[in-house]
Amino acid sequence: MTDAVIHILLTLLMPPLLLGIIGKTKALFAGRVGAPILQPYYDLAKLLRKGSVFSDTTTWVFQAGPVVTLAATLTASFLIPLGEHRAPLSFSGDMVLFAYLFGLARFCTTAAALDTGSSFEGMGAAREATFACLAEPALFFSLAVLARLSGSLSLTPMLTGTVATSWLNSGASILLLGGSLFIVLLVENCRVPFDDPTTHLELTMIHEVMVLDHSGPLFGVILYGAAVKLFVLGALFTDIALPYATGITLVDWGLFIVAMLMLAIGIGVVESVMARLRIVKVPQMLAAACILAAFSLLLVLR
Amino acid sequence: MNTVADQLIVLVMLINFAALGTGRLAVAIRAVALQGVILGILPVLIHSFSWHLVAITVGLILAKGILIPSLLTGAITKARITREMEPFIGYVPTLLIGAVLTALAFAFAAKLPLAPAHQGLLFVPAAIATLLTGFLLLVTRRKAISQVIGYLVLENGIFLFGLLLTEAMPVMVEAGALLDLIVGIFVMGIIINQISREFSSIDTSRLTALKE
Repeated sequence: MTDAVIHILLTLLMPPLLLGIIGKTKALFAGRVGAPILQPYYDLAKLLRKGSVFSDTTTWVFQAGPVVTLAATLTASFLIPLGEHRAPLSFSGDMVLFAYLFGLARFCTTAAALDTGSSFEGMGAAREATFACLAEPALFFSLAVLARLSGSLSLTPMLTGTVATSWLNSGASILLLGGSLFIVLLVENCRVPFDDPTTHLELTMIHEVMVLDHSGPLFGVILYGAAVKLFVLGALFTDIALPYATGITLVDWGLFIVAMLMLAIGIGVVESVMARLRIVKVPQMLAAACILAAFSLLLVLR
Repeated sequence: MNTVADQLIVLVMLINFAALGTGRLAVAIRAVALQGVILGILPVLIHSFSWHLVAITVGLILAKGILIPSLLTGAITKARITREMEPFIGYVPTLLIGAVLTALAFAFAAKLPLAPAHQGLLFVPAAIATLLTGFLLLVTRRKAISQVIGYLVLENGIFLFGLLLTEAMPVMVEAGALLDLIVGIFVMGIIINQISREFSSIDTSRLTALKE
């Protein structure tokens, strides 16, 4: 019970902190002081106090988009075990629901973007849909590898307990899987090298362009939803990359938080040392991620 | 079989994909050189120590890791090319074909009537996958130098298969194969320069036309 409460509190409160840490890491790399680590929280508070402007051409789809996206992402967060703790919600086959809740979230974001009737946002929606199509096989190959290794179709047994032994028995395939999942993590969260969350150079934007017409509280909801998505997919990655268990509940929660902070610093480092890929190169990179995951599946099926 | 060798073989197969997916010749050459070095290290890991093995390892690392890459790098600087333009099939499709071929190699290796000691090893599917990757590089790339790289990958695959038999393979045979390979690369280097001088490009598909 306490675990479930900590799970929900962490999922609700921690995501913007990750964005703050990524921003701070990038600032340190660039030799700047940077915004305070808590800046994303201030931004969210500011956006929630503002009023909203809605274009006359938009319908209810435009307003439903961010809300459904956040709801779907939060539901997905109940399915993922954080660290070595069981997820509050777990049943056989929940990995498919997990993957498609993000699909639903993406559908609503793109539908809201198309609802504005702006050709510019349509372009962003098309890009988002294309890259998501290519990232999905990589995610499913990875989940299939985990299902095979743990002999279960549910995320909680897949990610808790068995991963540490899998590192010893089939380290190569877990390593490939981790690489593939990291690429999926970056592309799903629109981070460099696939998309630059800070850019407003119109021709290269993917995610930012879709939310240009949103303002005020709804825009805050979008930003918060994106942070939660980063948190959930990051938890999936850290569960695999750093499987540890001391057995003491509180220490394990502490370790999980440290692992997430390390992941945020890692993403910040990747963003600082890499340039954004040309948009034609992105599908190549995603195909490579699919192949890594498929190869990993091949190794465990053998 | 020990796990370090298995990880190295997985690395060899990943390098196959790197060679298939890159358009830069310098990267492809370095990838193949790294593959050669890994193949040179492998015999020491899987067989017990002997001077025969040390000779093979040193010879392989010198030839595949240093000599052949430097010859190839020399060839690309002379011909002044840095990347493969317009392969017959694009990079992403070749990568996907490579992945399918690797999967087929695993399926095929499971069906092969091998000696009981060699059953279930990663060597056999990896060797077949590397061989097929070499073939794929040979047939899909247009530039003579990329085809040489494909030929090297092909040879690496054959060597990987031969690793199972290293104990039975005399040094002379090994040395002969390496010498052949180096002479082959040398001749190809000369041919590449000749083609680039005659046609001001090393696109081999032009060689199919009989007249200007």
